[in-house]
Amino acid sequence: MSTDAEIQTRLIVGFEIHVQLATKTKLFCGCALGFGETPNSALCPVCMGLPGALPVLNRQAYDYSVLTGLALDCEIAEFTKWDRKSYYYPDLPKNYQTSQYDLPLASNGHFEIETKSGTRRIGILRAHLEEDAGKNLHDVPGCSLIDLNRAGTPLLEIVTQPEIHDPEEAYTFCTELQKLVTYLGVTHGIMQKGQMRFEPNINVAITTGGTEYRTPISEVKNLNSFRSVRSAIEYEFHRQVHDWKSDNGYLIKERPNENRGWDDDKGVTVFQRSKEGADDYRYFPDPDLVPVTVTQDWVNEVRLSLPELPAARIKRLTTDLKLTTEDAAAIVANRATADLFEAAIEAGGPATTLMKQYLNVWAKLANDQDASIAGLGVGHEAMASLAAMTEKGVVNATAANKIAEALIGSDKSPETLAEEMGLIAVLDEDQTEKWIDEAFAENADAVKDAVSSPKKAKKAAGFLRGQVMRISGGKANPKITGDLIEARLAELASEG
Amino acid sequence: MAEIDESLVRHVATLARLKPDDAEVASMTRELTRIVGYIDCLNELDTDSVEPMAHPLALRNVFRADEVRASISAEEAVGNAPERERTFFKVPKVLDTGGGA
Ligand SMILES: [Zn+2]
Repeated sequence: MSTDAEIQTRLIVGFEIHVQLATKTKLFCGCALGFGETPNSALCPVCMGLPGALPVLNRQAYDYSVLTGLALDCEIAEFTKWDRKSYYYPDLPKNYQTSQYDLPLASNGHFEIETKSGTRRIGILRAHLEEDAGKNLHDVPGCSLIDLNRAGTPLLEIVTQPEIHDPEEAYTFCTELQKLVTYLGVTHGIMQKGQMRFEPNINVAITTGGTEYRTPISEVKNLNSFRSVRSAIEYEFHRQVHDWKSDNGYLIKERPNENRGWDDDKGVTVFQRSKEGADDYRYFPDPDLVPVTVTQDWVNEVRLSLPELPAARIKRLTTDLKLTTEDAAAIVANRATADLFEAAIEAGGPATTLMKQYLNVWAKLANDQDASIAGLGVGHEAMASLAAMTEKGVVNATAANKIAEALIGSDKSPETLAEEMGLIAVLDEDQTEKWIDEAFAENADAVKDAVSSPKKAKKAAGFLRGQVMRISGGKANPKITGDLIEARLAELASEG
Repeated sequence: MAEIDESLVRHVATLARLKPDDAEVASMTRELTRIVGYIDCLNELDTDSVEPMAHPLALRNVFRADEVRASISAEEAVGNAPERERTFFKVPKVLDTGGGA
């Protein structure tokens, strides 16, 4: 990715991504997820690893995993089994993690992202299900406090091919993947809560004098923000090139691969441990869990719940409804919100006005409530009617704002609310003329400017229209008012 | 068949967090060699066309629905712990270099 006088470098990045699935319960027991505040309050003999407990697989976790595999164009394995990955750590009560070792449930997929240099297709090596460990707290001197509420939470681990060559591309990949899995509804995907954790494997190919050298691979553990993914990769690229320049023996297989952590405050990666030799986890099949066989019928059934994916949906909305890519992307970002939008279109909402209200009126109200537009609880029919009323001029834009706000938490129709709130625009010309009479009488100077001062005419006419709106209490129709004012001014001008 | 020697026994002991003394390592090496040697007779069979067995039972696809079942109380959960702090398990300090998920 850069050319020195004598060396060329190419960054190589692959990802391991842990996605916490949005099931109600743990992977192998019925303990609730969502973790109450009380430590160790969501435990049972299974997730505590007590002797004699019998784990049973959560079907929903498997379905979510198959769905994700399909969205990533993976092959879904017909047969998988469960393996024990043994290691000792206080947050791992059974002293092994239940995982899928040699038979992942999905493999050989890919995921396409749009980058500055065009569409990039990143290979997905595999995706498998496993359980999370508990949490360690180190805030008491000399000891660690263990909370096992998280132990047994279903994680889908997605492993990519090392096919990313730019920190910005890595950033895009991670953000788009997060959008995809939240769109599928398989995870809540909240980064701050650690529901998606990214671990890039990074090294650099350095070419000099016709020979290519590769630096040892470093794995940066548990990144939980997109920004830190990009920064850690940038940092590692420069560090590895620097380390190779000062020691030409800094090469894969000659120096150990290592695990590193990311220090967000200092903006550096920190050495954690070197991986001398392969880790010895002594995987073996779990005798407590029986294998899973997935039939074609099962896969087809899951495939039915595969929604139209964001990229395709954005494309369709821009083509069918003539929305800009930017507007379509804003709507599609949240699946429920996009569904609501399309239902409102289906119910007869005029696309352009609905779009404007969606991105201005509804988005603002949602933002005020810290909710999504769908989360406001206003139905698609009400949204469609309000847009239609606005388009027809039955209510004006300001009134539409007020009605939208009133619709939240109300079971009344926009028509009813408009009437009750006295916001129905007056289309009647005689009534409008009366308001104009009043406005003209009150603002003789502005009328004079509008008629005889070419410089000020436009502004004065706008001012007069505003006065009519004010006098009418917002009920005047702006278009009718404007037309009538214009006619009246023309008349006055011709009278001289 | 991997040969069971003392270094392998020490490696396995380390992984299992066991600290055998030299005499124990010597006797374990002898015993494990005999045990593994006995099982080794299975290698006389031609298993090329036999699928590896993932589970001794012919059962497949045992699932549960994603429904919450009552957990035990936090008090019960930590009740048998040698040391606790509020409802945390309290253990000697560990450095965060565990295997992780
Ligand atoms: Zn449990």
